[in-house]
Amino acid sequence: MTTLQTVFAKAKADDRAALIGYLPAGFPTKEGAVAAAAAMVEAGCDVIEIGLPYSDPLMDGPTIQDAVHRSLTGGTRIADVMRTVEGVAGTGAATLVMTYWNPVDRYGADRFARDLANAGGVGTITPDLTPEEAGPWCEASAAAGIDTTFLVAPSSTEARIKAVAACCTGFVYAASLMGVTGARETVGEAARGLVERTRPHTGLPVCVGLGVGTGRQAAEVARYADGVIVGSAFIRRLLDAPDETSGLAAVRELAAELAVGVRA
Amino acid sequence: MTDRTDSTLLGPADLVGNGVNGDDPDAGGKFGVFGGRYVPEALIPALDEVAAEYDKARNDPAFVGEFDHLLRTYAGRPTTLTEVPRFAERAGGARIVLKREDLTHTGAHKINNVLGQALLTKRLGKTRVIAETGAGQHGVATATAAALMGLECVIYMGAVDCERQALNVARMKLLGATVVPVANGSQTLKDAINEAFRDWVANVDHTHYLFGTIAGPHPFPEIVRDFARVIGVEARRQILELTGRLPDAVAAAVGGGSNAIGLFHAFIGDEGVRLHGYEAGGRGAGEGEHALTLTRGSVGVLHGARTYVLQDEEGQTIESHSISAGLDYPGVGPEHAWLKDIGRATYHGVTDAEAMEAFALLARTEGIIPAIESSHALAGALTLGRELGPEATILVNLSGRGDKDMGTAMKYFNL
Repeated sequence: MTTLQTVFAKAKADDRAALIGYLPAGFPTKEGAVAAAAAMVEAGCDVIEIGLPYSDPLMDGPTIQDAVHRSLTGGTRIADVMRTVEGVAGTGAATLVMTYWNPVDRYGADRFARDLANAGGVGTITPDLTPEEAGPWCEASAAAGIDTTFLVAPSSTEARIKAVAACCTGFVYAASLMGVTGARETVGEAARGLVERTRPHTGLPVCVGLGVGTGRQAAEVARYADGVIVGSAFIRRLLDAPDETSGLAAVRELAAELAVGVRA
Repeated sequence: MTDRTDSTLLGPADLVGNGVNGDDPDAGGKFGVFGGRYVPEALIPALDEVAAEYDKARNDPAFVGEFDHLLRTYAGRPTTLTEVPRFAERAGGARIVLKREDLTHTGAHKINNVLGQALLTKRLGKTRVIAETGAGQHGVATATAAALMGLECVIYMGAVDCERQALNVARMKLLGATVVPVANGSQTLKDAINEAFRDWVANVDHTHYLFGTIAGPHPFPEIVRDFARVIGVEARRQILELTGRLPDAVAAAVGGGSNAIGLFHAFIGDEGVRLHGYEAGGRGAGEGEHALTLTRGSVGVLHGARTYVLQDEEGQTIESHSISAGLDYPGVGPEHAWLKDIGRATYHGVTDAEAMEAFALLARTEGIIPAIESSHALAGALTLGRELGPEATILVNLSGRGDKDMGTAMKYFNL
């Protein structure tokens, strides 16, 4: 099992940023998600975030909404998410779950953390859990030995950044822009400033996500962040592919392009 | 609370409710264990900004005065009470008195909240409002307030609801709003809320999310309640004048819960007054057939707050159903969740059929066509009257008029 600490130490030793890829469990199919993640890892992703599909993804743009809808329609359950984590962790990538809070709340925080650890997952990203409500999750994660990651945003004040960073144990997720997930033409100007404002409040790696989708953008972000997070761009490749084989080739190609970017 | 009989509709304490009943949320926005904030961190500064500005506004006599002025000269307040004896014959002879929110400008109680929040938007220095709408009443009210105050207005409405409430879509457009049909998920109110949040996070620097019910992250449940509580403040004074005593029970329909909390809030401290909320029982008790959030749901997190939710065992939201778009919501305001759990209010289900029967009965016996939402409370009052007996008085919130529902009624009754 590869931990986040191992990943970031290795990336630092190589003088590059880590590459973090996102895919929802059950998309394009239950088996297809593992195959796509494996292709992303082979082509250079260091960390894979497995999304837990949720009926009300209010932080996600149309691409992820579409993928999540297909996954839920296909019958994806939390047990499938755990099986996906197990399969992806088997590729050697550090494997996380990205999830809205309600499914974890309903499943039981302690049970979720334990089951995730048992599946080989090393942590979570929880985009709608704020420091004020995060106490039970931080305790459950610590008890299960998995890392927590929360988000800061361009709108965050110094006090908020400090509070969010204090809850993180894996890395701090800096949202590059004010908006929902989805590839953009340019990475938000605010991203660099946000990373710089976050550094004094944590010794943890700071990674940038939202709107990153090309090798050029990855290279730009890698100059100031410890990790580059890409989600919608991978999903877009899978959505646009005529069949599974060409979808896998397309995500492999994108991961390779991004992997060059984070090393630039 | 003091009963105000002078010409001023609202004093600061009436408007804000702060400490009046000792039931404001705590600093974290919690009513007991309910409420709080489960939202992307990006929105926290905006929520803090709204909360801070609202705190200043509600203590500012100029703001309170302007709200009061608009309620009286624009919304048409105070609204009257109407006793409905012919309708009440079906309630075992109990006295039934209606609070006539259907007589406000735009035809539903929603105008109260939007005028307050539109004033708040201007105080915040923002130029654009967005809102979700189910039945279209909150959308129409928001478009109205935006037109009045010169604010840009975008309304998110489920595509299914757009079809059910085509007349309201046209009204919003005429008022200058842009109506965006939301075609994802269940294409109803919950998806419209998701889409409005997505807009807000991207445009928060110049946009206020004019939330339409007492759900959502703190401070929305508190702000919307405070702007709606004029309903109960007036009604309490008026029923004392009419009957010489407090009612035995007050009744209101509950979707998100704003009209109900608006009526209940002034009565929470009156221990002898029972609070009854009526949810949409829809077609039946099966999954996806109703919107019985409080009576059949479980505790979870939806749209930024911990509350009762219709969800499966893995926390996925179950789509709700009601013949009335305004009650077709799988969540509910956290204050109702709290009132239920402490036993202060009681919540019941009313089916589509029961609501439509009450809808027609009020029309035929009293010459008032109620909104189908409000008809759930009317149906509840009939049952409640038979339980409480002929000596009882029941105050019902007639939260809106039924003109918008004529399409549904034509189909249902084959008119």
